[in-house]
Amino acid sequence: MRTALFITCFNDTMHPATGRAVVTLLERLGCTVDFPAGQTCCGQMHFNTGYQRDCIPLVRRFGEVFAGYDAVVAPSGSCAAMIRHHHARVAEVAGDRGLLEAVRTAPPVYELSEFLVDVLEVTDVGAYFPHRVTYHPTCHSLRMLGVADRPLALLRAVRGIDLVELPDATQCCGFGGTFALKNSDTSVAMGADKVRGVLDSGAEVLCAGDNSCLTHIGGLLSRLRTGVRTMHLAEILAATERTTATEPTTATERTTATGAPSHAVATGGGPR
Amino acid sequence: MSSAFLGMPPFPQAARRALADTQQRRNLAGATRTIRHKRAEVVGELPDWEELREAGRALKERTLRHLDHYLVQLEERVTAAGGQVHWARDAAEANRIVTRLVQETGEREVVKVKSMTTQETGLNRALETAGITAYETDLAELIVQLGDDLPSHILVPAIHRNRAEIRELFRRTMPDAEGVGDDPAELAEAARRYLRQKFLRAKVGISGANFLVAETGTAVVVESEGNGRMCLTLPETLISVVGIEKVVPTWQDLEVYLQLLPRSSTGERMNPYTSTWTGTQDGDGPRGFHLVLLDGGRTDTLADRIGRQTLNCIRCSACLNVCPVYERTGGHAYGSVYPGPIGAVLNPQLRGTGTETDRSLPFASTLCGACYEVCPVKIDIPEVLVHLRARVVEETGGRRHTPTPEAVAMRAARWVFSSPARLSAAQRLAALGSRVVARRGRIARLPGPLAGWTDARDAPAPAGEPFRQWWERTHR
Ligand code: SF4
Repeated sequence: MRTALFITCFNDTMHPATGRAVVTLLERLGCTVDFPAGQTCCGQMHFNTGYQRDCIPLVRRFGEVFAGYDAVVAPSGSCAAMIRHHHARVAEVAGDRGLLEAVRTAPPVYELSEFLVDVLEVTDVGAYFPHRVTYHPTCHSLRMLGVADRPLALLRAVRGIDLVELPDATQCCGFGGTFALKNSDTSVAMGADKVRGVLDSGAEVLCAGDNSCLTHIGGLLSRLRTGVRTMHLAEILAATERTTATEPTTATERTTATGAPSHAVATGGGPR
Repeated sequence: MSSAFLGMPPFPQAARRALADTQQRRNLAGATRTIRHKRAEVVGELPDWEELREAGRALKERTLRHLDHYLVQLEERVTAAGGQVHWARDAAEANRIVTRLVQETGEREVVKVKSMTTQETGLNRALETAGITAYETDLAELIVQLGDDLPSHILVPAIHRNRAEIRELFRRTMPDAEGVGDDPAELAEAARRYLRQKFLRAKVGISGANFLVAETGTAVVVESEGNGRMCLTLPETLISVVGIEKVVPTWQDLEVYLQLLPRSSTGERMNPYTSTWTGTQDGDGPRGFHLVLLDGGRTDTLADRIGRQTLNCIRCSACLNVCPVYERTGGHAYGSVYPGPIGAVLNPQLRGTGTETDRSLPFASTLCGACYEVCPVKIDIPEVLVHLRARVVEETGGRRHTPTPEAVAMRAARWVFSSPARLSAAQRLAALGSRVVARRGRIARLPGPLAGWTDARDAPAPAGEPFRQWWERTHR
């Protein structure tokens, strides 16, 4: 099976540690992934903000870059949902039959937890993560993709983990893409309640399958110096006995601003 | 009598003000949570809920496809049963018709059953201008009216008020209510005494309708308090103002909606009062019946392939109760009698996108999808929101206009994302730029339009080594 990784533009630029973790994890599970270098963005921000025409070249590029693969894995629920549910609409807006056909025949796109549970058929990925963790089911994973409890099943199988319930877990965190800027007051009010849930859970790590929501909640957790950090599901699942000693400390310090990554998860494990 | 939503600021500003109202925040959080749970419980009892929803959607969509046919059938049957049908192109015309009909009776007072459609047309103000006093008889609607307030919820228009505020209002505005306490039963009793006189005196009743059954020309009102039953049976003349999308072909179709509506709306298996009336009947109920059918932007909405599903709405308000935005901002921020998710898609279609408020509504959502999940007629509200966002962007930033700063930014982003080389260059630039503002990988203050992010949230710094560089270095 030829599997391609769609890292997403946001992870590529802001959270490369997540991408490295996906590679580490999948390689550890014996799955060879490819990263087609021509990939950029799925068009979600443009589409959801009303700039549907600006999506057209992005959807076209996506189709060309991933044509010929058997499966595409993306460590982002909302990007996977954008591709699965809205690329056809963009092709429709473009009035381009060829593009619509390309979208229809494109390889299936899986969010990470779907790929692990449904395609690789694993829930115990051999991870070790001795921390208290709570999980936020991001809205697009939950409602648009319907990943249900796949991420929780994966987390439950992690050795050493103390998985605690998040109160009002299914309530939106308030990120909403450009909503976070256009309606920043409401966005922050919603985020504040999410933060309250996270703090009430007693967790030291908030985990989710989408770094965009985590950037929003993590930004609040960090600003308030709560001592709770955010981690993408991939990073917890990639962690093993060999890697957990060198974790970074806060949500927004996961990536160093300069130089090469110091993250052990990033380079450890897996065949080259 | 009732104030208007005219001149409201766009959603973000109105929301900022509403978010600071601590009393309202607490009321709404409590009330929406209670009703959410009630709904989830009674919906969970039905093993065929999803099939019911699907039936509710399919029936509406089929009916709307043949709306012309069913409306004509309805008119025939209503007329044959002794009623009179009036067609109103817009709110102003509907109000003119109703005012004239009331004037023809010679009455100066009317009692009203809670009706979203007459809220939409602003009927009470129009009547007031003509010297006619309208009395709202639904408890929550009465509270809004007495307080010269605005409704903030479809089902519970006074959801933003608590009982202390209501007691204060009753003491101030109702005769013989000086001594009333803040116990809900006592407050309801005071309202009951106040309303009883209005019911007994009124010669004209005004209502909306939840459904219109085309095959018999029957109007249906679903309610909880019994005030509707009073208004529909006691007066001599009954005027019902109803949107054209409320028609269903047959009584059998009602079966679906009478299961969907109460469970979605009040979280009850069945509502206490369902009143139906067909034209007029000698010696029973009103002797004159007028049905005013309102278009008010509905035909235009129907013409839009994606937007038309909005007309499926049965005004249950389940989407409001689950909406995380509504729960925090309340209804007034939406600048319309239709707040919440349904308001965010309905207003810009019925009223158009001519005002800043209406243009801001499609953006007043995180697209979390909670509304779609509960909607009993399966309106994909996020899909319609995004569709309307595109319409707003076309109208304000489209090719015919000077581009807005946002449109320029979006075009620049498209340009960057159209080439991996450009993306790499942009990543290098961002990492460089962030060195200036980042402390230990954390940015506390961003410049320009991004400042809204860092007002309350830290931002991460772009990575020194983007993923694609790492891959290049380790996997090639
Ligand atoms: S949109 Fe759906 S959930 Fe909202 S009020 Fe209408 S019918 Fe109810």
